[in-house]
Amino acid sequence: MNNSPYSLKPASVQSVMLRVLVALLPGIAAYVWFFGAGILVQIVLASVTALVAEAVMLKLRGKPLKPFLSDGSALVTAWLIALTFPSIAPWWLTVLGTLLAIVVAKHLYGGLGQNPFNPAMVAFALMIVAYPLLMSQWPRVGAADFAVQWEAIFGNRQVLDAVTMATPLDALRTVLRDPEQRAMIAGVLGGKATFGNIGGRGWEWIAAGYFLGGLYLLQQRIITWHMPVAFLATLFAVSGAFALYEPDRFAGPGFQLFTGGAMLAAFFIVTDPVSGATTPRGKLIFAAGAAVLTWIIRTFGAYPDGIAFAVLLMNIAAPLIDMYTQPPVFGHKDKRGDSP
Amino acid sequence: MIPKLFTFKGGVKPASHKDESADKPIRIAPLPSHLIIPLRQSARAMARCLVQPGRAVLKGEVIAAAEGPLCTAVHAPTSGTVRAIEPQPVPHPSGLPAPSIIIEPDGKDRWIERKAFDYRAATAQKTRDYLRDCGIVGLGGAGFPSHVKLGPGEKGIGTLILNGAECEPWITCDDRLMRERAEMVLAGAAIMRRVTGASRILVGIEDNKPQAIESMRTAVEKLGESAMEVIAIPTRYPAGGEKQLIRVLTGIEIPYGKLGTHFGVQCFNVGSAHAVFRAVAHGEPLVSRILTLSGNMAKPGNFEVLIGTPIRELLPLAEPRADTDRYLMGGPMMGVALQSLDIPVVKGTNCILAGSPTLFPPPPPEMPCIRCGECAKVCPAELQPFELYWFSRAKIFGKTQEYSLFDCIECGCCSYVCPSRIPLVDYFRFAKGEIWAREKEKAAADVARQRYELRLAREEREKEEKAAKLAAKTAAGREKAAATLAVAEKPAATPEDEAKKALIAAALERAKAQKEQVHPGNVSNLTPEQEAEVAAIEVRRTEIREMAKPHLRQDD
Repeated sequence: MNNSPYSLKPASVQSVMLRVLVALLPGIAAYVWFFGAGILVQIVLASVTALVAEAVMLKLRGKPLKPFLSDGSALVTAWLIALTFPSIAPWWLTVLGTLLAIVVAKHLYGGLGQNPFNPAMVAFALMIVAYPLLMSQWPRVGAADFAVQWEAIFGNRQVLDAVTMATPLDALRTVLRDPEQRAMIAGVLGGKATFGNIGGRGWEWIAAGYFLGGLYLLQQRIITWHMPVAFLATLFAVSGAFALYEPDRFAGPGFQLFTGGAMLAAFFIVTDPVSGATTPRGKLIFAAGAAVLTWIIRTFGAYPDGIAFAVLLMNIAAPLIDMYTQPPVFGHKDKRGDSP
Repeated sequence: MIPKLFTFKGGVKPASHKDESADKPIRIAPLPSHLIIPLRQSARAMARCLVQPGRAVLKGEVIAAAEGPLCTAVHAPTSGTVRAIEPQPVPHPSGLPAPSIIIEPDGKDRWIERKAFDYRAATAQKTRDYLRDCGIVGLGGAGFPSHVKLGPGEKGIGTLILNGAECEPWITCDDRLMRERAEMVLAGAAIMRRVTGASRILVGIEDNKPQAIESMRTAVEKLGESAMEVIAIPTRYPAGGEKQLIRVLTGIEIPYGKLGTHFGVQCFNVGSAHAVFRAVAHGEPLVSRILTLSGNMAKPGNFEVLIGTPIRELLPLAEPRADTDRYLMGGPMMGVALQSLDIPVVKGTNCILAGSPTLFPPPPPEMPCIRCGECAKVCPAELQPFELYWFSRAKIFGKTQEYSLFDCIECGCCSYVCPSRIPLVDYFRFAKGEIWAREKEKAAADVARQRYELRLAREEREKEEKAAKLAAKTAAGREKAAATLAVAEKPAATPEDEAKKALIAAALERAKAQKEQVHPGNVSNLTPEQEAEVAAIEVRRTEIREMAKPHLRQDD
């Protein structure tokens, strides 16, 4: 026998997760358009691995398979891994990353809803530390020959040279750090072949795709405005301030927002409710913190993009942030004018 | 003037299902074969039976007297014979039987002599006593005695609020009442205003009841009462919650543990105002009420039903469909599933809802919380239900209180939206019950310890007295010896003893002060309503614990 309420809204974890997957589609479409269908291979690889790993772990933990396997959470993790890993990474890199995410970061911590860290970001961080070179070989924009990408993923990595290049973020850092080149931001970013109009050729369109998907999530009320706004605004403000201070050494906010994983992070990664902060003020602090750390790691760190580490660091702080940002309860607000 | 409305945070918009019964005029239900009138009115109020089996009673005759401050008189709902006084199942989640008077109607429905009560000539206290003796309680569901709520608070009552929001889906009895008997409702409100000395009356009605609003506005004009306003409020569950309605109409937020009177407002259901009017103007005590029969029924409708009518005899009026698998008392959000159809309609029964597997499908299996925060978005008490859930489940009850568990009004919005289908409200009921129980145990232990300490002191005193007596007896013989001893010992012992005693006394004092400080906060200084709640929860506790067990075990 159950108790009131007897009527329930038709909602499920599955429908939440499926809508997140739908929201990723525009970004994926742009990805395929500019960088070839290799990303689709990675998505399939990661998805199959995630589902198998999920099933095995559920079995080992004595949990029912059907409700948990069909909840879609493993697929979201898998897709985020595929989208953050290079699309021409060898197959085993994606598989290994996904295994780590599902087995270690998710199930060893208690499964759905219990993981303190974002599983996809755990996978990214571990893999970039373990295989920095493989994690830095990105496809060249426009070189979208599927046969070559397939070859790179499943066999001969020799074919790579022709189709890889550094990401705009990586390229910018390398150039700026090289004392021989004495390069200036303006000169570097002027090279449209790599850097496109705002955030890197191709990349800016993928970012636009993620932005579109993010708007859909907002419209569906799956995420609230707090996280994306705080993340993007903070990244804008910090990079903008430094770009104003020394425009030759620091890339401006347009580049920062539309390159790398910034848009993906703003709408799909920092917004993970399980590992992030949940109170309205907490969300603002969490996302702003992640943005500041992202900018610092991008600008001064050794890794091409700082989002994974930034998010993991903020994950650690999330419980504390939530504890100190509890909103006031009905009738207990000491605001003047609220009650006589 | 369009009054400024406030909003409350959260809330949900479940399918309203009002159309099924909103257009069905109030019909008088036929006399049942027997009537069951429970003597217990709340956990703390039990009326004193005044009749014996075999006694003939008239409609409206007092059959049980009010005992204690939270009790009201009980009346025979129709004329007939008292058949028995025995325990009967009553509408309570526990399903436990309670002493009740059973009356067999004689079919004549003969009233006692009725005469109007001149409230204008009477003092407020006299009027309140009269309402108590007419058995007037809140008809919105909680059944709290109206004479208590009409009493002067510490500040007095400036604003009287009539609750016509009726925010639960399916229920339309207040809607019909306001459409058909608006003048009586408002006349009742005017009487209440006179008793409380309130300066204005605000009637809050959800804007999905335009006819009721229209009818009430017309009645206000007709009555010509000043400072009486009918206000359409946005339809959003639980806008009819007392605290939510007060917030919407006045902007005042009444925290947990405070009553409306602390803020100079008091809120009554429109049905209660109607009952007050009938009692005062016609001398008719509260022996019937209007309720909605709806849900999985072929002919849903609204009926004026005698208090005590067994639900089983009421159902054929609305013709439940064949696949009905349960009946709820109240709406789908806060209603209670009936354990038996033999239980009677009581004063708080506003709806009997027939449920079926298609109408209220069993919830899908519970999934883990993903902290999506939907529950926090819809919580009208502005709590963080997912945090409360976490702590309740882990039985970290101290933390649940830090996160204001007791501010939860159990409206069900969180469970309603949860994508993981977690019965959040059940967890909160469980945690509340456990906390009440622990604090009660602690209080009992404190009392036991106190008694033990007193006994020790008493035994000590008796020993001393005995010794003194003995000493007195032998004193004559030993006077001399005692005197010499006293001279030798006393001066040496006294100052040290005194110092020791002072030290001990100081330590005791400190310990006592400390004990007072750590006294549990939830069982002291309770309002009568809270005490009633405590006791009600206590009864519910066992059942809820049973029910929560599978959920708790699942993860181990």
